[in-house]
Amino acid sequence: MDSQLDTGKGLKAASQPGRSFLRSLKSQKWLWLIALPGLAIVFVFNYLPMFGVILAFKNYKPAAGIFGSQWAGFENFKYLFSTRDAWNITYNTLFLNSLFIITGTVGGILIALLVNEVRNKWLVKFYQSSMFLPYFISWVIVSYFVYSLLSYDMGMVNNLLASLGMEPVQWYNEPRLWPAILTIVNLWKGVGYGSVIYLAGIMGIDAELYEAATIDGANKLQQASGITLPLLSPLIITLTLMAIGRIFFADFGLFYNVTLDNGGLYSTTNVIDTYVFRALKFSGDIGMASAAGFYQAFVGFLLVLASNLFVKKINPERALF
Amino acid sequence: MKVKDGSIVSKVLINLFLTVFSVCCLIPFMIVISSSFTQEQMIIENGYSIFPRQFTLLAYKYILADPGQIARAYGVTIMVTVAGTIISLVISSCLAYVLSRKDFAHRGKLSLYLFFTMLFNGGLVPSYIIVAQVLHLKDNILALILPYLIVPFYVLLLRTYFSDIPFSLVESAKIEGAGELGILFKIILPLSLPAMATVGLFIVLQYWNDWWLALLYIDDANLNPLQYMLYLIMQNLNAMRLSPLQGQISTAALPGENARMAMAVLAIGPIIFAFMFVQKYFISGLTVGAVKG
Repeated sequence: MDSQLDTGKGLKAASQPGRSFLRSLKSQKWLWLIALPGLAIVFVFNYLPMFGVILAFKNYKPAAGIFGSQWAGFENFKYLFSTRDAWNITYNTLFLNSLFIITGTVGGILIALLVNEVRNKWLVKFYQSSMFLPYFISWVIVSYFVYSLLSYDMGMVNNLLASLGMEPVQWYNEPRLWPAILTIVNLWKGVGYGSVIYLAGIMGIDAELYEAATIDGANKLQQASGITLPLLSPLIITLTLMAIGRIFFADFGLFYNVTLDNGGLYSTTNVIDTYVFRALKFSGDIGMASAAGFYQAFVGFLLVLASNLFVKKINPERALF
Repeated sequence: MKVKDGSIVSKVLINLFLTVFSVCCLIPFMIVISSSFTQEQMIIENGYSIFPRQFTLLAYKYILADPGQIARAYGVTIMVTVAGTIISLVISSCLAYVLSRKDFAHRGKLSLYLFFTMLFNGGLVPSYIIVAQVLHLKDNILALILPYLIVPFYVLLLRTYFSDIPFSLVESAKIEGAGELGILFKIILPLSLPAMATVGLFIVLQYWNDWWLALLYIDDANLNPLQYMLYLIMQNLNAMRLSPLQGQISTAALPGENARMAMAVLAIGPIIFAFMFVQKYFISGLTVGAVKG
């Protein structure tokens, strides 16, 4: 998660006398030229939609366009927050993302600590590759995987239950089970990536510390709790804070595909992102969809700023800005 | 001696745990692959399994016998992935190179311009309206390519990598009369293979695995990419199961259990291949940006 910006230096250089914007355009025109396509794409696909957030305050009519439509004030928001949905999707998003952050962090650190103890290079490669593989698979394929496990009549899990003499479960009709299922699927898909990041952090720790600890008679467990975890904690805290900054944004594919978009599971799996999508695509309620989208973007932005503020206090090098 | 015994036990336990966990990560892949090689009747009667019960290539023969739909989807996906990846890598590395140039006057402001999009975005509805109603890209293959061309995070990752290349190399090349593009392609990029391979793999995956843009912008079946086709198959299957008319609807239009899994295998295969290909760069490239912070 590199993103340190040397805004400071750039601004200083820019404010030096004679280095005005126009002058740079002229003297560094080749640099500007090759940066242009990228800058233009960012403008069209990132900045133009930002202006579109005003839609949340409008009564959108496609014929009138974004700017031609009538202002609606806070009507869309009033309507949104008068429904039970608003509370439900906020709760689901926060609750499930919290579960993901906790399990992902603990799982990633645990795997990294264990892989770090393996000396056989071939084995390390095998472990890392197998755990990384799920990361590369689309959520659509993951939904096939999950279906092969949880299908009522053909799934492996019900087969297993049957061979143990237990009753089969209608997995896709049991909303209360889905927070756990989604947490497992999310961990399965992401733990390989997470552990690589933490492993890199562990490798960065001075080997002499471990040598000294070994001489003093500390065993591996004591070394892990006395050296590795404390020295890793800035990284752990930083990554966790950054994840908390993103807690208002859900992984659409996980919630939409893995549940097979089953209406019966909405009560525990409908999150802000899936809600906005369904409002846009199926009910065609642009006002409601963009109000929910704005709510997400705005609260999400505040959370990112707040989490960065904390990161800056703890680990200035890793702060986003 | 005691300590040594303990360490052997713990080594065995650690490897046992990691092996079991790794195999768990692989089991879903094995189920899908083995189902694609199993008789459909076996699956319906006995359910999915980790190893094929009665090995058969029927599912693949079935797909190859009438490849129309899947061949077209494959074609769309390959075209989008190849074109998207090349264009995206070129313009991303160009932008990253400019932002990495210490003598570029406005690099701070432009970094901020790029970076701000990682903090705040307009969300789905305005993006949808821009692409569908302003740019009129519905049912246009460009809708599957353009929105992913620049991922700010990848550009910043490349920028960090490029920044570590000694600036004196750029300066001496300039003295010898090399142009900016020449410097980028002849000096910077060859020195940045791990970063380029890592970002390249991410971009390939993003295009190859995409069903989201198709879900939003594609209604024309001729433009369905592979993943979206798989999504539609699963969606239809599910709708059929939930339907009160179950049994009355013809299932002829849906591929059988094994054929469905065979299609999934055909969608996963190239990814695993790509992963093995760039693996030697991948983990080092990934951690460069991450650890250096």
